[in-house]
Amino acid sequence: MKTALMILAIVALAILPLALHQPDAGSEAFGGADDKAKAIVENLSPTYKPWVQPLWNPPSGEIATLLFSLQAALGAGVIGYYLGYLKGRRKKD
Amino acid sequence: MHIMEGYLPVAHAAGWWVVSLPFMAAGVRSLKRIVTEHRSARALLGTSSAFVFVLSALKLPSVTGSCSHPTGTGFGAILFGPSVMAVLGSIVLLFQALLLAHGGLTTLGANAFSMAVVGPWVVYGLFHGLRRLGASFSLTVFLATALGDLMTYVCTSAQLAMAFPDAASGFLGAFVKFLAIFAVTQIPIAVAEGLITVILLNTLKSYNAEELKGLNVLPEGGLNR
Repeated sequence: MKTALMILAIVALAILPLALHQPDAGSEAFGGADDKAKAIVENLSPTYKPWVQPLWNPPSGEIATLLFSLQAALGAGVIGYYLGYLKGRRKKD
Repeated sequence: MHIMEGYLPVAHAAGWWVVSLPFMAAGVRSLKRIVTEHRSARALLGTSSAFVFVLSALKLPSVTGSCSHPTGTGFGAILFGPSVMAVLGSIVLLFQALLLAHGGLTTLGANAFSMAVVGPWVVYGLFHGLRRLGASFSLTVFLATALGDLMTYVCTSAQLAMAFPDAASGFLGAFVKFLAIFAVTQIPIAVAEGLITVILLNTLKSYNAEELKGLNVLPEGGLNR
């Protein structure tokens, strides 16, 4: 019961911002906070030039999504395996 | 909280590497000790890394209209102490810097300090402090991990403000600007991380209380809520 409520709260925390936020014209809605911070850096130090570039950039948004999904899927797989192992072990006892 | 590649001046990037390296070195020692002394905890150690992998990949929308991600480092900090997380967190940051152009190698020292050092130490300190004050297990885990998540982003804001102080209002002026992006966005996400961590640790508590006692997460001699 308590767990179900917490799961509900997590879902609400992820969905409510989408409903509540009024996007201002001209700025991308729900962009990354990291990109906004980059914009502030450019605003504070207009002359600053990044002195290195990433060694490799995902060639497209789709490829980046693929890699992020892979990262989450690998992690979720390990967690699920471990919890399943614990559950099975307890049943056997 | 990922400061992008090249977005810290050379001296700052190097400085944060120097600050973070001893924590990483201590983490490697701590990791070796855990692997030899608590052989049965290896699977749990893998699960702690996996939790950082999952949570730091989830970019969630927030009330500010930007997206940010939880860190996942609080879970392992509660189980194994903060030192180990300097290693596990840095591995995830390295993966993201190399394969996703998310964060960077020059900024890895700074990013590791916020996500893999400050966050875990805040979580660890709060967890044991609140336990001593007699708070319930769930509440303790929730407050410790949510605030640890938030402090990671406060740290990132401070790091950027040190590198790029405002021309008129200096460090503080810039700090407030970065906080408005990072810390405010992070509040609901930190709450979500706190709740997820409570669910997972409660599950472990019901299936594997012995192991948690061995790791000093639960007191010996019975569960006090």
